[in-house]
Amino acid sequence: MATEAKVDPMHQFTIEPLFGTDHWALGGFNIAFTNSALWMLISAVVLYAFMLGGMKRELVPGRWQMMVESMTGFIENMLSANVGKEGRKYLPYVFSLFMFILFANLLGLLPLGLVGLHPFTFTSHFTATGVLAILSFAIVLVVGFYKHGLHFFSLFVPHGTPLPMIPLIFVIELVSFLVRPFSLGLRLFVAMMAGHVLLEVLSSFVIGGANAGAFFMGLVSIPSFILMVAICALEILVAGIQAYVFALLTSLYINDAEHLH
Amino acid sequence: MPQISQLAATYSSQIFWMLVIFGAVFFLVGRGMAPKVLETMEGRDQKIAADLAAAEAARHEAQAQDDAWKAAAAKQRGEAQALIAAAKAEAAKAAEVRLAAAGADAEAKVAEAEARIAAARQGALAEIETVAAEAAADIAARVAGLTVAADAARAAVKDVLHG
Repeated sequence: MATEAKVDPMHQFTIEPLFGTDHWALGGFNIAFTNSALWMLISAVVLYAFMLGGMKRELVPGRWQMMVESMTGFIENMLSANVGKEGRKYLPYVFSLFMFILFANLLGLLPLGLVGLHPFTFTSHFTATGVLAILSFAIVLVVGFYKHGLHFFSLFVPHGTPLPMIPLIFVIELVSFLVRPFSLGLRLFVAMMAGHVLLEVLSSFVIGGANAGAFFMGLVSIPSFILMVAICALEILVAGIQAYVFALLTSLYINDAEHLH
Repeated sequence: MPQISQLAATYSSQIFWMLVIFGAVFFLVGRGMAPKVLETMEGRDQKIAADLAAAEAARHEAQAQDDAWKAAAAKQRGEAQALIAAAKAEAAKAAEVRLAAAGADAEAKVAEAEARIAAARQGALAEIETVAAEAAADIAARVAGLTVAADAARAAVKDVLHG
């Protein structure tokens, strides 16, 4: 055997500037158009195309319009269930968030390696998910302080807290509140990265086992391959669930900001 | 782990493009399209609700018209029956009057006939009395040689005939 097949499960997350844009800068900061940015753009374009198919606005919807409407109705229901009638005005943000993350997760799972392309899941980078998490958190802060002023701090003192407990509870609630953007961003990043690493590790087992001869192929490669198929299905589920969790938690936090408790 | 090892080199590009592209998604899809999709859905729900209400109203209208028609039919049937009853009563009355007239006519004829019979009988009786008185006077003259006055003979005969 000439060269040992080497699969680096982390290589798929490498960010590479594309089209010779690595010297692009804005105010001293590098803004190279990377493969990550490319897949953000692809997700956005695919999402736009998906929505365009639902804009026929027919009284009796076709299948495509039905899909778009059920997605919109799903987010609308989630907002009205969690935030109430004020939730309506957050629909553009939460809908964009959910659909953008969902499309990014799903497109990152496409088996484009078969045709020589390399799909990139930018939701597996905390620099990307962090931006979305901080956006959601900023909306919560702005809405909370705008609507309630300094009274917003009563969010950290649940009703019925005994007086001597208030300082302690306040600190605990404040910390749990401040952790929200981190948990929001890290959850998505970790879930997406873990799934992709797992698939890559299993694929290295398949390749390594096949290279090691027929016995190891039967012992390692075939079970690993079967497991990969199952985990691919699981990853599609996770892609949806993580997008849903992100949108759901954002709407719950917005509910806190709107109604305090 | 490229996420950390490339952090310093790529964070600005990641944040910049994320803001630009998610911003575009927010304005184009979130603000531009999603509300229109919701509008369409609401318009459809309203149309369905309005159509259902219209159908319900039409059903009520049909029910009301049916009730009115039934009431009119019942009224007309009642009127017709009253008319029939009146006509029957009138016919019965007319028949009665005619029957009464015919009866009276017949009775008058019967009475006249009876009167004629009575007169005939009276006449016959008177004849018989006269004949009997003459015969009695004749018999008395032939058997006893008595001459009986006609008046006496008639009185005697009347006496015998009427007991």
